[in-house]
Amino acid sequence: MSKLSAFMGWIDHRLPVTATFEKHMSKYYAPKNLNFWYFFGVFSFLMLANQILTGVWLTMSFTPSAEQAFASVEYIMRDVELGWLIRYMHSTGASFFFLVIYMHMFRGLLYGSYQKPRELIWIFGMAIYLMLMAEAFMGYVLPWGQMSYWGAQVIISLFSAIPIVGDDLVTWIKGDFLISGITLNRFFALHVIALPLVIVALVFMHILALHEVGSNNPDGVDIKKYKDEEGRPLDGIPFHPYYTVHDLVGIVVFLFVFCFVIFFWPEGNGYFLEHANFEQANGLKTPAHIAPVWYFGAFYTILRVVPDKLGGVILMGAAIAVLFVLPWLDRSPVRSWRYKGWISRINLVLFGLFFILLTWLGTQPATGIYATLGLISTIVYFAWFITLPFISAKEKTKPVPERVTG
Amino acid sequence: MSNDGVNTGRRRFLIATTAVGGGIGAVGVAVPFVKSWNPSEKAKAAGAPAKADVSKVEPGQMIVVEWRGKPVYIFRRTDETISLLDTNSDELKDPDNADEAQQPAYAKNTQRSRKPDVAVIEGVCTHLGCAPKYVPEVEPQPFQEEWVGGFFCPCHGSRFDLAGRVYKGSPAGKNLKVPPYSYADENTIIIGVDEENS
Repeated sequence: MSKLSAFMGWIDHRLPVTATFEKHMSKYYAPKNLNFWYFFGVFSFLMLANQILTGVWLTMSFTPSAEQAFASVEYIMRDVELGWLIRYMHSTGASFFFLVIYMHMFRGLLYGSYQKPRELIWIFGMAIYLMLMAEAFMGYVLPWGQMSYWGAQVIISLFSAIPIVGDDLVTWIKGDFLISGITLNRFFALHVIALPLVIVALVFMHILALHEVGSNNPDGVDIKKYKDEEGRPLDGIPFHPYYTVHDLVGIVVFLFVFCFVIFFWPEGNGYFLEHANFEQANGLKTPAHIAPVWYFGAFYTILRVVPDKLGGVILMGAAIAVLFVLPWLDRSPVRSWRYKGWISRINLVLFGLFFILLTWLGTQPATGIYATLGLISTIVYFAWFITLPFISAKEKTKPVPERVTG
Repeated sequence: MSNDGVNTGRRRFLIATTAVGGGIGAVGVAVPFVKSWNPSEKAKAAGAPAKADVSKVEPGQMIVVEWRGKPVYIFRRTDETISLLDTNSDELKDPDNADEAQQPAYAKNTQRSRKPDVAVIEGVCTHLGCAPKYVPEVEPQPFQEEWVGGFFCPCHGSRFDLAGRVYKGSPAGKNLKVPPYSYADENTIIIGVDEENS
């Protein structure tokens, strides 16, 4: 014991290991009333680790060239021992990553976790989300299937909507006059090196900013208001061991679900891995039905709603950009939806439901009733943001309790 | 409170000039990183002309030729569909080919081709680059009641007529592009070369 503590003392004089552990784990006080919704932050972290680990292993057998990419993915699936498992952990993992991220974001909406003083946490989170979309898009190009190719064609062409420089910009991004092995190769570099570094750095900032102000909770009350004589929040418990152990239970359940899907439903009926992507990329033939992977569906629907190229791109950009300024749109004096008025509560549920509808519509053809529904849900999406400042500032809220309600 | 002989004006000047110098250096360093993303010499060299034989393309039929990695649609219109090209100009965004960049001068006509029947059009949707589907039948379609034959983009529903002209209400803004092409002889088309018999 004394030898161990002497060793830790030696370390601590040179590197603040104990102090850092205490600050962020054993003496970081999290509200004691965190509920089910608070699992998804930890799950996101778990999926990030999963993507990095399986991703590194996939690069060991993947060949980033137009001639060999498709074949090398099949090589991973058939010839590399347990390669199929690593690949499904990564490809189905991407869908799970977005699923838990969306739940994590909706948690923020429910309990006003983006409100003062947590605006920066929200903005870092949104930046992570934006980078994840770029990361997922480039990752989807790598297997060089039909949907990889035509998905890339559509997404890169979005930049051609920019006036004057648009077409040159597209050529610059592709590195060629068409999407070719050159494009594939640079996307590989960005997907495995550049973007993961950025994402990890942003996650670090996200957590650092969170630990500076402390976690929000389902009641949206400030737990630092009431402290015991030693300065510990009365409604807080140390993250370690209480939440580390608590989260382990959630992780076990989550992994059960994740493993079940990986083993028995890895392609998710074409929602996780699209059917057209089992055919090699062919620049002369567009598949009859082009749809993004489900997690891009909502923004894709918004893009398609506008019968004008630049207009569609602007509206889609606005749909993402407006999320960044959410902390300043919500002017409610209370954080949690538990204490907001009934209009806010109904609106929030509707917003969630219409986002799911938008997402689903993005995977369907844009004709007939789908086009109409797409227009309606796009209007609802933006209406929520536009009306939020007025409703949140005007409506009568319920009294917020002094302490958390358990 | 004398700053022990520190000349704050000079210090500010030095900080500013160092920052500007460093900034210029950073921009300079960025140049190779940005430039290396441009198409390489190899990519530029891959744009050789493509040849197509249209002798076996019957009226209504279409062949697809690859030119610079893009699909080029070559199809023969029937007499009926040629005459129908004169009837739909009210429904088109650019019926008179006002956008010079979308076709060579010799294709600036109603058919947008050198010969009225044989069309040569890039199969790249001007919206987001998908390859539009060839729907030559003159009959009502789920996407348009009065259909005089044309192209329908499966990605975002842009519609074009059999001259590649875009219909109003499509997300695409421009007509399909007509590549530079010429006839080497009666039935041989060279895509990528403008002059006849060259």
